[in-house]
Amino acid sequence: MHDSTVVAARGLRHHFADMEQQRASATLGMWVFLITEIMFFGGLFAAYLVYRTTHFEAWAIGSAHMDFWIGTINTVILLCSSLLVALSVHAIQVGQNRLCAIYLWIASAMGVAFLVLKGIEYHAHYVEGAVPGSLWRLQVADSRTVQMFFYIYFVMTGLHALHVTIGIGLLAVIGGYAAKGRYSPTYHNPVHVSGLYWHFVDVVWIFLYPLLYLIPHPKA
Amino acid sequence: MATVTVPAVERENYLNTDFTVKSWLLTTDHKRIAILYLLSITAMFFVGGIAATLIRIELLTPAGDLMSSDTYNKMFSIHGIIMVFFFLIPSIPAVLGNFLVPMMIGAKDLAFPKINLASWYFYITGAGLLMYVILTGGVDTGWTFYVPYSSTYSNSNVITAIAGIFLAGFSSIFTGFNFIVTIHRMRAPGLTWGRLPLFIWSHYATSVIMVLGTPVVAIALSLVALERAFHMGIFDPRLGGDPLLFQHMFWFYSHPAVYIMILPSMAVISEVVSTFSRKRIFGYMAVALASISIAVFGFLVWAHHMFVAGMSAYAALVFSLLSYFVAVPSAIKVFNWTATMYKGSVSLNTPMLYAMGFIGLFTMGGMTGLYLSALGIDVQVHHTYFVIAHFHYIMVGGAVMGYLAGIHYWWPKISGRMYPEAWGKIAAGTIFIGFNLTFFPQFVLGYLGMPRRYHSYPPEYQVLNVMSTAGASILAVGYVLPLAYLLWSLRYGEVAPDNPWAATGLEWRTPSPPPTENFPETPIVTWEAYDYSTVREEPVAR
Amino acid sequence: MWQTLPLWPVRASTLADRTDALMIFMLAVTGFFTVMIFILIFIFAMRFRRARNPVATQIEGSNALEATWTLIPFGIFMVMFIWGAGIYMTWAQPPPDAEEIFVVGKQWMWKFQHPEGQREINQMHVPLGRAIRLTMISQDVIHGMFLPEFRVKQDVLPGRYTTTWFQTTKPGRYHVYCHEYCGTAHAGMIGEVVVMEPAAYQAWLSGGNAEGSLASTGQKLFQQLGCATCHRFDTQGRGPNLVGLYGKPVLLDDGRTVTADDNYIRESILTPGAKVVAGFRPIMPTFQGIVNEEQLLSLVAYIRSLSQPEQREPVRNRAAPPPHPAPSPTRSR
Repeated sequence: MHDSTVVAARGLRHHFADMEQQRASATLGMWVFLITEIMFFGGLFAAYLVYRTTHFEAWAIGSAHMDFWIGTINTVILLCSSLLVALSVHAIQVGQNRLCAIYLWIASAMGVAFLVLKGIEYHAHYVEGAVPGSLWRLQVADSRTVQMFFYIYFVMTGLHALHVTIGIGLLAVIGGYAAKGRYSPTYHNPVHVSGLYWHFVDVVWIFLYPLLYLIPHPKA
Repeated sequence: MATVTVPAVERENYLNTDFTVKSWLLTTDHKRIAILYLLSITAMFFVGGIAATLIRIELLTPAGDLMSSDTYNKMFSIHGIIMVFFFLIPSIPAVLGNFLVPMMIGAKDLAFPKINLASWYFYITGAGLLMYVILTGGVDTGWTFYVPYSSTYSNSNVITAIAGIFLAGFSSIFTGFNFIVTIHRMRAPGLTWGRLPLFIWSHYATSVIMVLGTPVVAIALSLVALERAFHMGIFDPRLGGDPLLFQHMFWFYSHPAVYIMILPSMAVISEVVSTFSRKRIFGYMAVALASISIAVFGFLVWAHHMFVAGMSAYAALVFSLLSYFVAVPSAIKVFNWTATMYKGSVSLNTPMLYAMGFIGLFTMGGMTGLYLSALGIDVQVHHTYFVIAHFHYIMVGGAVMGYLAGIHYWWPKISGRMYPEAWGKIAAGTIFIGFNLTFFPQFVLGYLGMPRRYHSYPPEYQVLNVMSTAGASILAVGYVLPLAYLLWSLRYGEVAPDNPWAATGLEWRTPSPPPTENFPETPIVTWEAYDYSTVREEPVAR
Repeated sequence: MWQTLPLWPVRASTLADRTDALMIFMLAVTGFFTVMIFILIFIFAMRFRRARNPVATQIEGSNALEATWTLIPFGIFMVMFIWGAGIYMTWAQPPPDAEEIFVVGKQWMWKFQHPEGQREINQMHVPLGRAIRLTMISQDVIHGMFLPEFRVKQDVLPGRYTTTWFQTTKPGRYHVYCHEYCGTAHAGMIGEVVVMEPAAYQAWLSGGNAEGSLASTGQKLFQQLGCATCHRFDTQGRGPNLVGLYGKPVLLDDGRTVTADDNYIRESILTPGAKVVAGFRPIMPTFQGIVNEEQLLSLVAYIRSLSQPEQREPVRNRAAPPPHPAPSPTRSR
């Protein structure tokens, strides 16, 4: 017997005994993958925490230079998009393929909106002189450590933005398959599993937002 | 009942089903992917081995006279990077694990065959990048990439090397999560956790480590690469960074990584010792749970690499204590394997010789870990040849011997041929002798004070270094022998029966080599692991 | 023969005796268990080989044995842990009356600085029988100070001081190695410690320190760089008064309290904004790039000398006497 062929109509891969095994495997696979992603971001969170503990004042100064409104609007955008993704899973569970696709596409578009706002924000940092290294122009106390804050900010949000980009593509593609009728109330695990990925991207942002944007100023 | 063996060339199996290059390079069959890994890992082993050979030749004389200091520094860096990331970490899981995990649990393939193939492509792309690094000037940071040397001062291909390692890390993560999902979800009916072969338990524990630990080193090395590119100072003290942060992040993975390297070997030893004693492993549950404990405790001890790094003494106390905890499950396994031989029916075939060698050498290596965990001793031997000897006893005397045990043990199943037993024994003996002569003198050198990564050394260390190099030359012969006779056996070896060792285990209830789908129907398991009463065959006399 | 084939390093320090005792204990214990395993495997392989024992006896296991071979090794490991920890805690805590030597490591040499003013490269003279504390820093990458005959080792970091100490028991010349890989000439970053009888050491010390003590070098630098402008000793200046500061707790403007140790002083010179003393404004300029590590050490030595004479002062320090006592400089106003 040759290598795997997809039974396209039912979606059952040849090496699985039945759909239930396939569904359970895909779901567990996505959860394990997300755990690796948590460990991946975790290293950056650890670096953030170490430096915040040893250089709290500089961290507070850095946070004060963040654009609170863009950050907050982006948080709302991602939360809403996650809601839509959850609704899309529900939609396909009750057989509403078209609605499912629409929800996924809007969520994907909201991801794009997130990236656009992020781009505007990055540009503003650049103009203000808040890009660490040779482009740095902010006049702040302990400028070296505030640059470190911004460096970590750019790396963490940059890595997050990369994951958002992947998610945008994923949701758009899955939405396309839903519109074409590939999924049904009995077979829609790819929607569920993609939703898990998007929720994860959202959760990472939920942690990034307060840690980067909401550091309180120390008492003078 | 004697097994009638249809010669492999007549029966359709996973090897002869299609001979095109495309069918190999685009395969999703876990067994073919295992062979792809076998070929690439073997190649990388010899590249790393050439670096080791040059190192040992240089160290014949106290002066650094064979090559320049920079070249020597690149030699040990390449040796470490290739051996750790491109040989030891993938070896058993990607070759034997890929081949056997589905078969041992009665499945047709792993849960995600395409991801399995993708993991191989990540691996060889990473390996390709390392080959590029070697050809364009090398990397000289050591496999540990300590900052600020690697992030600011080194003038070598650090970023490309890191990119290669990053890809190899992805390969590892994919392998790990494939195994976890497969073992959880695709076991044959009746195959409860308590009936699983210990090979599966160990690979499960290994996969957990791969999945949790690898991303952290990926991020740590990415930050080094970013710092090299953008000079922003996360690890550079001149810019407010902390070099010890890198060490913590690096070792958080790299310590559990050593358990990724040893647990699969232990997996093989459990199978081999049982089969060649014709006896259930003594203390099955203890050994299974010991694998899991090693994985768990392994994550708690990373800073024992940093006792003199400038860390707080109180932190050092905690990590020393925890390091003694992690030694206990390994000791338990050694005792259980030894006890398995008691009142067994022991046959000293090549895999069993390797397994016995493993138990002895792993014991020595593990014991010397106790010295390193003792804070007072570590002050003396940290970053000396004592450490080098310690980890080579475990990695080479342990992991590589376990790998060779597994290759020989499952060779009939993988290739349909028997290896020549006499040559197998000769190679095993050569490796054992060469290995000990190479590395035992290094314990002495280390306590005497010879630091590691030294291109030249004081003359009083020369005799021990010459002994070590002599041993290395014997060891090299020992490694070339299996390469030669295993290749020979593909054409001229005796045709293998389905179950030459009369072993338990579902993989032995298929033809040698197996058909692509492994089992025509999913088996239903009603027996415990290592139940020799269920085996119909007799072991072939060798 | 032992010249060409040494098997054990010379013991030349107080710590070496203790380290070697633990080492011998561990060799005995691990040797015993290793030999036991080897013998058992050999015996079982012979006694139970297939020709002699064609049928295996299936034995499931034994909880009693599992408990035994878990608890006994664990108990032995705890002995090793406690013993090793004891040695380590001694290594980690230099005696308060230790003599000081400052060390700067750079690619690829060691610079030793005696407080009395003697400077050495790759060679360190020390008096026999006295506790010697090394305060060390790197100018570039991580290096490592390794003195095998003293059984002492400590990483030397860029950006902050690390310390180690030893007390010698035998005169002679011993190895100094860099143990932390640091680039091209890592293997060449070696030297020797010369342990001398106290009288000989005194003679060596007094021959040729025309520059004066380290603290007096620091005092000159303190004037030259204009530090005295703000850090005055007679009245309250724009910066805290440094007399009596060394080793004392300091209240910072964000509420934290830190100890004014070597690292604090160094950090305050290089990044004054990192820790601002309560009650003072963050106006101190940075001296990053203006002073090198050796100059920083001389400033540290000078500031140490401004503390009470019985604290932290090397035995033969010839620094300037401390000025009039000033009000406590570190409380906020």
